[in-house]
Amino acid sequence: MRLLTHNMLSSNIKGVTNGFPLRIEVEKVVEKQVEINHDFLRNIFPKIDWKAFFDASRVMGYAELPEEAPEPLVLESDLEFLRKFHHALLELHLEEGALVCPETGRKFPVNKGIPNMLLHEDEV
Amino acid sequence: MSSRPELQAPPEIFYDDTEARKYTSSSRIAEIQTKLSERALELLALPDDGVPRLLLDIGCGSGLSGETITENGHQWVGLDISQSMLNVALEKEVEGDLLLGDMGQGLGLRPGVIDGAISISAVQWLCNADKSSHEPRLRLKAFFGSLYRCLARGARAVLQVYPENLAQHELILSYAMRAGFAGGVVVDFPHSTKSRKEYLVLTCGPPSLSTTIPNGKGEDGESCSDDESSGDEENRTVCISDRHRPRKKQKINKRGKGREWVLRKKEQMRRKGNVVPPDTKYTARKRKSRF
Repeated sequence: MRLLTHNMLSSNIKGVTNGFPLRIEVEKVVEKQVEINHDFLRNIFPKIDWKAFFDASRVMGYAELPEEAPEPLVLESDLEFLRKFHHALLELHLEEGALVCPETGRKFPVNKGIPNMLLHEDEV
Repeated sequence: MSSRPELQAPPEIFYDDTEARKYTSSSRIAEIQTKLSERALELLALPDDGVPRLLLDIGCGSGLSGETITENGHQWVGLDISQSMLNVALEKEVEGDLLLGDMGQGLGLRPGVIDGAISISAVQWLCNADKSSHEPRLRLKAFFGSLYRCLARGARAVLQVYPENLAQHELILSYAMRAGFAGGVVVDFPHSTKSRKEYLVLTCGPPSLSTTIPNGKGEDGESCSDDESSGDEENRTVCISDRHRPRKKQKINKRGKGREWVLRKKEQMRRKGNVVPPDTKYTARKRKSRF
């Protein structure tokens, strides 16, 4: 699971008011090279919740992202930033671990890169 | 014709390792799924600007449809309830991220993050009550509600479905509308039982030029024209957002009122005491049509 997906996921448990973001518990991180696409990065940037993204990248072991979200204009010219953004967003994979609901503490296990988001009967 | 898979077992049981393998190794199924995915992507009508978008593949299964999305240059996230099917997707090393989840429990995605969603042959599974705690209506509501929320403004969802009957078709449609979607149904090859395919094209946000629903495909692969006759079957596109109510026609009484009637009425008025012009040969004469 990439941080792109993690930034979209929210806890769906009944009664939870704000299930975003899910806390990451890392057991195994894998890096996979992916071709960079600047258009995609510029398009997706406004949708990313930067704080959640920054915290997640830290947990995954990548400390190169700036804490403050840069101005969108930076994306037009700063190739170095785009490189780092691309790496954290699409090249870091959580293979084994868990995602934790921020309100209930319920763990969604991640196996072979697939988070198990199935809710139990009483959580729906 | 073999029984529908939906009637045999719930999807996470039906799509076990054997079935998953069969599903993916059958070249016929792979071909059909690829065609369906390409058509769904076509109907998604994403802007042709070369910018990769983030799409959602609902019921992605073994990643057949996901591969089509990748080939078209977009990023995607896939959701499926069957671990066996997802394992096959892993083996194929698909580009998209996979989630093990139940769409009837809600998609669990943040609002406005998805640029488009497709689903191939999956949503009809929601209509079956597999567990005692499942109520299909609640599941349909949770699914469409969460789908509407996670789509960006102006984004579309194209769901290729196999409804069992008209009732199921209506059920799915009504819950989509309730969630706030506009749109309609595109039917390809409506006259052929074998090739007939139904796509729910749903749009978020206000209707605009981009929300006009395209024509379904006819028997020979060409688009059906709008003015086809017969009309005994519901053909091509059925637009749900605007309904044309028949205007109440004014009753035209061809018989009209003859001279006799006019004379009678005049007598009536005279008896009442009204001032009435005298009866002459001109009374109740047919006037020029200008009157």
